[in-house]
Amino acid sequence: MSYNEFLFGSVMRSCFLWLLLVLSMCCSSAAVAQTASTPSTADRLAKLEAQVAQAQSSADNSWMLVSSALVLMMTGPGLALFYGGLVRKKNVLSTMMQSFAMMAIITLMWAIVNYSLAFGSGTSFIGSFHHMFLHGVGLTPDPDYAATLPLQTFMIYQLMFAIITPALITGAFAERMKFSGMAAFLILWSIVVYSPMAHMVWGKGGLLNASLGGRFPCLDFAGGTVVHVTSGVSALVCALYLGKRLGYPKDAMPPHSVVLSFIGACLLWVGWFGFNAGSALAAGTLATSAFVNTHFAAAAAAISWALAEWIRNGKPSALGAISGSVAGLVAITPAAGFVQPMSAIVIGLIAGFFCYFMVIKVKSWFGYDDSLDAFGVHGAGGTLGAILTGIFASSAINPIFKDANGVARASGAIDGNWHQVLNQLMGVAIAWVISIVGTLIVLKIVDATIGLRVTTEHESEGLDLTQHGEEGYDFAS
Amino acid sequence: MQKIEAVIQPSKLDAVKDALLEVGIEGMTILEARGHGRQKGHTEFYRGREYTVDLLPKIKLEMVIADELVEKAVQAIQSSARTGKIGDGKIFISRIDEAIRIRNDERGSSAL
Repeated sequence: MSYNEFLFGSVMRSCFLWLLLVLSMCCSSAAVAQTASTPSTADRLAKLEAQVAQAQSSADNSWMLVSSALVLMMTGPGLALFYGGLVRKKNVLSTMMQSFAMMAIITLMWAIVNYSLAFGSGTSFIGSFHHMFLHGVGLTPDPDYAATLPLQTFMIYQLMFAIITPALITGAFAERMKFSGMAAFLILWSIVVYSPMAHMVWGKGGLLNASLGGRFPCLDFAGGTVVHVTSGVSALVCALYLGKRLGYPKDAMPPHSVVLSFIGACLLWVGWFGFNAGSALAAGTLATSAFVNTHFAAAAAAISWALAEWIRNGKPSALGAISGSVAGLVAITPAAGFVQPMSAIVIGLIAGFFCYFMVIKVKSWFGYDDSLDAFGVHGAGGTLGAILTGIFASSAINPIFKDANGVARASGAIDGNWHQVLNQLMGVAIAWVISIVGTLIVLKIVDATIGLRVTTEHESEGLDLTQHGEEGYDFAS
Repeated sequence: MQKIEAVIQPSKLDAVKDALLEVGIEGMTILEARGHGRQKGHTEFYRGREYTVDLLPKIKLEMVIADELVEKAVQAIQSSARTGKIGDGKIFISRIDEAIRIRNDERGSSAL
């Protein structure tokens, strides 16, 4: 580059800079002229507040939409794989299909009437028909449920819980129920058992609602009673009502692929972060508490179940470890947003041992064929978790109970509020009763009309072929 | 012409194949099989339930070879498939009447 070129370049640059300077001065003088008509400080503050609220809402909403997707992932593929691997090869698709069917069927039921029955304001026991066909369920928040979320976000998040709960029951009647009977049973079940229970614990004015003035405030952060006790106890009723599978317990019925179950259980673990931490219904510190507790309890229970097996059988099995983690996740569900992390570890350790005992010992004592241990894990673990929540709930994590002056009162027994254990027992008792009675009635109705169980020939041939006309594995093609 | 059928442990397949190749055996058919002799299987636990698995995975090799190769082949299989533990498998030998190559209708030992 010659000296002349250099000189020319630098002159151009300085001209450009001057131009910029002049332009910016013009702009700023224009700005000064505008400030003369600037809104008052009060207006600006109001605008700022609105923007802050919107930012908060966006943050919460993004977490809740992710959480909703995570909870759906628990049913499909999570639970579908977990259960699918545990059955025999001839029933793998039908078992997965039972979970998947809930993703479709319950979604429509939710839009039609179930959301309204669960979350509409009604009596202490059940909601109303006000929100049928999602009438009035728009994008404006309902402050009673979640002040920062569009109501439709709350609605879709709750739907994912309504999907997985009946899907959990399918583990009890695996390998022997007609698809039509299963669909009819679970549609009715979602109306008769799930919706009232969800309303009592989480709905406005619900009998057990701890934050919206229930008569017996039962602490259930993410659905220990609503999801796990109801599904687990109903599962037991189904197993007893339908009877054992052909050849049970004489014939060997080992899982056809622990690998599928393994993948399913790991997806459940991850999805459970949406289930529990999402139940904070916001992206704040409570979500963090629930997230940490969820993870710790799962880890502790995986260890205690595997350890129990190791002591008894001489080997820690993969199926034992993953079953343990699910048991821990179940037990921490009601407690997730109420307890300290160390309490979560204790809850997990107890849950792993307890559910192992229920599945390995109690089932064979009574001889029922809860095929995939829906009761042993969800019913037993859910009941245990609900009671332990009353013991370990700490107001330092979640000051849910407040006195007239807004000062936090003791939450659980660990804070000195032993009375809470009674409230928890009340919640559990109601969940047991509504599950037993509701399930029996619905089973009777479906049994008398559509029928519940497949024929013995169909059962031996497998449900994949007889119910769906497909096979899970075709190695010849 | 004789047929050798050998049931062996699946983990010994590669060793046996190499040993047979070394003594000049060029063709064989391999089947994945299940079975048991005196070994009688093992037990597995799934959620506390005990399952006796008595049919264990095995590999079955079949080869039809000229008479003079039989003893060498048997020795090769025995020495390469043996672990010394129960469940090592068995070798069966039988006479073969005829062999036909489908491609060009060759018969007898030239078809092998």
